[in-house]
Amino acid sequence: MTEKGFGRREFLKGAVVGGAAAATATPAIVPQEAQAQQPAPAAPPPATYAFLNLEEAAFVEALVDHMVPTDDLSPKGTDIGINIYIDRTLAGAWGNGDRLYMQGPWKKGAPSQGYQLPLTPAQFYRAGITATNAHCRKTYSKRFDQLTEAQRQEVLVALSGGRITFDGGLPAREFWTMVYQTVMEGMFADPIHGGNRNKAGWRLIGFPGAIAVHRENIEKFKNKPFPNDPVSIADMS
Amino acid sequence: MATKLNDVDVVIVGLGWTGGILAKELVEAGLKVVALERGDMRTTDKDYAVPSIRDELRYVIRHDLMQNTARDTLTIRNNPSQEALPMRRLGSFLPGEVVGGSGVHWSGHTWRWTDMEFKVRSMYEERYGKSFIPADMTIQDWGITYEELEPYYDKFEHTAAISGKAGNLKGQLQAGGNPFEAPRAREYPLPPLTPILCSEMFDKAARDLGHHPFPRPTSNASRAYTNPDGSKFGACQYCGHCQRFGCEANAKGSAHITVIPIAMRNPNFTLRTNSWVTKVLKDSDGKKVTGVTYTNILTGEEFEQPAGMVLLCAYAINNVHLMLLSGIGEPYDPAAQKGVIGKNYCYQTGVNARLFFEDKYFHPFMGAGGSNVTIDDFNINWGFDRGPHGFLGGYNVGSGFNTALPIGYRPVPAGTPQWGKAWKAATAKWYQKAMNINASGSVMANRNNYYDLDPTYRNAFGQPLMRMTFDYKENEHKLGRHSADLVNAIARSMNPASVIPASARVEPWTVVPYQSTHNTGGTIMGTNPRNSALNKYLQSWDCHNLFVVGANVFPHNSSYNPTGPVGALAYWTADAIKRYVKNPGPMVQA
Repeated sequence: MTEKGFGRREFLKGAVVGGAAAATATPAIVPQEAQAQQPAPAAPPPATYAFLNLEEAAFVEALVDHMVPTDDLSPKGTDIGINIYIDRTLAGAWGNGDRLYMQGPWKKGAPSQGYQLPLTPAQFYRAGITATNAHCRKTYSKRFDQLTEAQRQEVLVALSGGRITFDGGLPAREFWTMVYQTVMEGMFADPIHGGNRNKAGWRLIGFPGAIAVHRENIEKFKNKPFPNDPVSIADMS
Repeated sequence: MATKLNDVDVVIVGLGWTGGILAKELVEAGLKVVALERGDMRTTDKDYAVPSIRDELRYVIRHDLMQNTARDTLTIRNNPSQEALPMRRLGSFLPGEVVGGSGVHWSGHTWRWTDMEFKVRSMYEERYGKSFIPADMTIQDWGITYEELEPYYDKFEHTAAISGKAGNLKGQLQAGGNPFEAPRAREYPLPPLTPILCSEMFDKAARDLGHHPFPRPTSNASRAYTNPDGSKFGACQYCGHCQRFGCEANAKGSAHITVIPIAMRNPNFTLRTNSWVTKVLKDSDGKKVTGVTYTNILTGEEFEQPAGMVLLCAYAINNVHLMLLSGIGEPYDPAAQKGVIGKNYCYQTGVNARLFFEDKYFHPFMGAGGSNVTIDDFNINWGFDRGPHGFLGGYNVGSGFNTALPIGYRPVPAGTPQWGKAWKAATAKWYQKAMNINASGSVMANRNNYYDLDPTYRNAFGQPLMRMTFDYKENEHKLGRHSADLVNAIARSMNPASVIPASARVEPWTVVPYQSTHNTGGTIMGTNPRNSALNKYLQSWDCHNLFVVGANVFPHNSSYNPTGPVGALAYWTADAIKRYVKNPGPMVQA
């Protein structure tokens, strides 16, 4: 949605080649028919971010579209708002360390002792994106969002398999675990939290959502398909 | 300086199942009771109502009803030579923090623990000899019998609306129930839940292999119910949002819809929420307690609440923590094998197999917290000879679904990619076509599994955190291998398209992911003050006007969920206290 002709993505592209002034603004051409459609039913709102900066937003958008690509089963990650969910959860209470014990001293600990970093989730996310992009620059001379599909796949396979070590000692595997969890939350949490737009994640698997009663269904649908028409909190409000 | 309040008869610390039961029983006996609850007041009508309660992210992932670890947590290590570090967020277990406590967000599984637990050391020694018990296994008899507790189990089951089928009525075995259970005086108050597909398939497979499946007894009302106190339950709606949620139908037994509202209607009762108890106060010679200090966590203001009796009814871990912080009883020392406070911390273990079927629809989103069929053939069946297998304790095996929501539960066969089109396709294909068989195993007490105060880390009130030292020992590994073999044998007999088999856990206990909120021990009951913190009435051996109630009194952990004996012991203790107030003093002579 860059009708104004100069979106974030263009800014970021421009920034890489030497500053915003060098960017070639490409006005989006909107067909007359499309403009005439009233209202646009499923058009996602423009992605605007409360926490992520331009480079982080580009990383997250590339990540969620790689992990959740478009096919017959669901739209891609940004089209179902996983990037928006991640931004909002990082900007919110959880991202800022709500319920997290944040007193030192800080020690690395054994894996069995769980999370021990002196970072809120938002700080860790930010540092992890920077470190992943540093790895990508070192390996491919580009940021993650500028890589080809095959290169992105290589990075994620290595990250999830514990085969990337971040400079500076930030634990790459723990970063991946957090990132993966937030992508799944953005896909499968109630749409009230900003992701799972149009209940696409629930439709993918046939989860009926916030439905209140199954008392009759438990016999009626035993070993039979249950209608795939999920209900969200907003639908019931 | 703490503001000193007016003296009351009884102060109760924590208002969940145990605090609620004791509050109701004691105000009805004419005692003036003040309850101090660290959490706030939440009610079904305003807090657990549809649709807002149906939020997996808020309640399951972000722990909305649970203890806030920014304020107070524990430090964790696997053995005494390791440096303990703080559990910086919740993971392996989830203590509740609202009026109603963990009873708001439990699943409802309610068992009667038997003499196989209460007489654990004497029964194993008698059958297998003293040498069968490893030298570092600090199991001991509880000092109570099933027969003593039976009427109190009955009372709790009828209060909490347990749905189930008796297997043994006054010694007569009953078809459809658990043939290994100890004799009960009467049936469950409600019939079993409507079974779900995976439970029916497990039932048949287990039966065909010669085991004895039965519907798991659970505090999910199979139909509308009014308990003996007049508390009303709705019928369970099988909504699939049970554990970690409050129940919008009032179908799950919880103190916040039963004993607590009854206490609150009684003029003898006062509840103060957002009240964090920091210490139990003792008199000058240390023979009695005189009340508690607490902080109003909304204002930071400190108070002293003097009381004739103190009842610790907080979460099991917090009860032990308060005893250590207050210097009541001798802290346990694992090296010297002396002291009792902190001794015999136990947890649970388990294995899981996941079965995939091309042609089934299991509807993991449709079920009650206790939708489960179970076998006890390797658990409370004393006919199962542990001798050849070399372990003590047992495990129950069951199949069902409990709150299998999609952020946390998306089964795919082994080898499926974690993202991308193939991941999506497998997730879509298998979500409704997988089922699980779980074994839950006991953990026997060990001299090196215990609590004490952490030397480094402090909570928001400036007090030392509790330090938990725990790991599984060889006994649990042996039990785990036996249970994995058994689970896999049942799974194979069901001919699934594929299976992710159960495997025995041998790696150290970890603080992530979630495992079980069944933390036991630390202020254990027993037969004498040298081996236990409390007598059989849960009365402190050190201060006779202090009672400590909860799973922290269990000298070891069985494979069962703890709430059955926790609730029964709360009623048992209430009766004891009613006798105590007429003639205060130690109820068992040391």
